[in-house]
Amino acid sequence: MAVLVIAEHDNASLKDATAKTVTAAAKVGGDIDVLVAGKGASAAAESAGKIDGVRAVIHVDHDLLEYQMPEAMEATVVALMDGYDAVLSPDGKTHQAYMPRVAARLDTQQISSVTGIEGDTFERPIYAGNAVAYVKSGDPKKVVTVRTTAFAPAGEGGSASVKSESADIGDTGSAFVSEELSKSDRPELTGAKIVVSGGRGMGSGENFSLLEGIADKLGAAMGASRAAVDAGYVPNDWQVGQTGKAVAPELYLAVGISGAIQHLAGMKDSKVIAAINKDEEAPIFSVADYGLVADLFKALPELEAELAKVGY
Amino acid sequence: MKVLVPVKRVLDYNVKARVKPDQSGVDLSNVKMSMNPFDEIAVEEAVRMQEKSVATETIAVSIGPAKAQETIRTALAMGVDRGVHVTTDEDLEPLAVAKILKAVAEAEGAELILMGKQAIDNDYGATGGMLSAMLGWPIGQYANTIETKEGALTVKREIDGGLQTVELRLPAVVTTDLRLNEPRYASLPNIMKAKRKPIEAKTPADYGVDTAPRLTVVKVTEPKTREAGVKVEDAAALVDKLKNEAGVI
Ligand SMILES: Cc1cc2nc3c(=O)[nH]c(=O)nc-3n(C[C@H](O)[C@H](O)[C@H](O)COP(=O)(O)OP(=O)(O)OC[C@H]3O[C@@H](n4cnc5c(N)ncnc54)[C@H](O)[C@@H]3O)c2cc1C
Repeated sequence: MAVLVIAEHDNASLKDATAKTVTAAAKVGGDIDVLVAGKGASAAAESAGKIDGVRAVIHVDHDLLEYQMPEAMEATVVALMDGYDAVLSPDGKTHQAYMPRVAARLDTQQISSVTGIEGDTFERPIYAGNAVAYVKSGDPKKVVTVRTTAFAPAGEGGSASVKSESADIGDTGSAFVSEELSKSDRPELTGAKIVVSGGRGMGSGENFSLLEGIADKLGAAMGASRAAVDAGYVPNDWQVGQTGKAVAPELYLAVGISGAIQHLAGMKDSKVIAAINKDEEAPIFSVADYGLVADLFKALPELEAELAKVGY
Repeated sequence: MKVLVPVKRVLDYNVKARVKPDQSGVDLSNVKMSMNPFDEIAVEEAVRMQEKSVATETIAVSIGPAKAQETIRTALAMGVDRGVHVTTDEDLEPLAVAKILKAVAEAEGAELILMGKQAIDNDYGATGGMLSAMLGWPIGQYANTIETKEGALTVKREIDGGLQTVELRLPAVVTTDLRLNEPRYASLPNIMKAKRKPIEAKTPADYGVDTAPRLTVVKVTEPKTREAGVKVEDAAALVDKLKNEAGVI
């Protein structure tokens, strides 16, 4: 058995999601290689070699891999699959965009967003997390995306070698034009220890500054409900939920969020959930460990002041 | 440009799924079913393209049981020209669905396939990607904005870190994200008109597609439930609990 793990990186550095996916790969069993496909990503490839349990790092450098576009990633991954029985990637959008293309080329049914692996059985949430499916795959080569919040990162004692391989990508029919990335010094949403999220109740984008003060004090990432994103208060990549990002921090603070099924799907695996909402019947309170029934415009400045009192 | 829009009949997004006691799956008897919301967004986009004379014809295709016809009628009432219903009572996996869609796209000579980024029942998020690779077409995943030009599309995509714009050569597949548009409600006259629009009946066998499942469902269970906790008096009490009881700050 050999398993290929696809690294998450931004060319400059390797992301934690990679080491978490390696943990998932170890549960599948067999030798684990990590593919770092990008442009000028050799530092990320070096870091991948340090992950515990990695046999080798395959570094593919190509102009067309700079943005890891689906067509280019498909060509790169499929070309390597002769040597592997399974390929695993994190389940962020970058990977979700190309993994089905890999699966189709291998004539395999992809297993998406797995939260557990036991022997040959994969666990995955369905119906916005209101049901959990346990499935076995009969396909000779398995294509799996991993809900990284469900796996601890593998350690950092490895010393795997990095081999460079070339990719034959050809004409993809798609071209990168531009990118508008939301700039932030805060931790990444999917890996953060604390997430502070706002919903429609925040009322405007400006009002999110009430949450930002708290997030800065706690070193937290910022998240949001779909309604807050749709209303244009905050960028789309802040959306937590069934169709946004899945998070499982130590602490999830939901403010002005009602707690729709689709939102809960993305945060109910958090260790501790706290909620501030003026409606005591809001469904968010049915999953919150600590609920504060209050007007957020009063509660948030108080919360910031109380945090300051205990040293934040 | 001929536009194909796959539509799926799913458990309505407002209904909480219930797991069957025998753990064989989710109970879909006597519950409200609707068009997958992401597919509604795809239908809306296709109809807008037709209104702007960018699309010459729009075709909705659904693969599913007899009742999936209702889903196609919804698309027709929103403005799509005609439907193709590939009837099956099996709960097909994305791989099989993509194979059927490929055959439909080829039979219809579609140049653009607009579809949901994921179905909110199985949450695979795989069909669009699979279909694009089977056709050898480029894909614009998670579209926030689509602009059409001669022989190509500019797609602004919702990605993990923000937004990314790509240019795709046609033919292409584009999957929809939530911010692409707000789907219209069909008007009563359009609902009436939709009843007379044609729906072609097909089966997976007509396309020679092997739909045998690749995954075996061992069981489907309820998720771990969370207990509601306690209400706190004020912000000070909240900080105290988070710090001294939960130890998370
Ligand atoms: C296909 C599909 C996919 C979806 N995916 C997602 C997803 O991934 N993530 C997601 O979040 N949603 C998703 N949704 C949307 C979801 O169904 C809800 O509509 C959304 O989560 C609601 O957001 P909200 O809680 O911010 O808004 P609302 O439900 O409007 O809740 C606002 C809350 O703020 C409270 N409030 C208002 N003012 C104050 C105040 N001054 N002080 C305190 N509290 C106040 C109110 O009491 C209320 O509880 C999806 C929906 C569909 C159909």
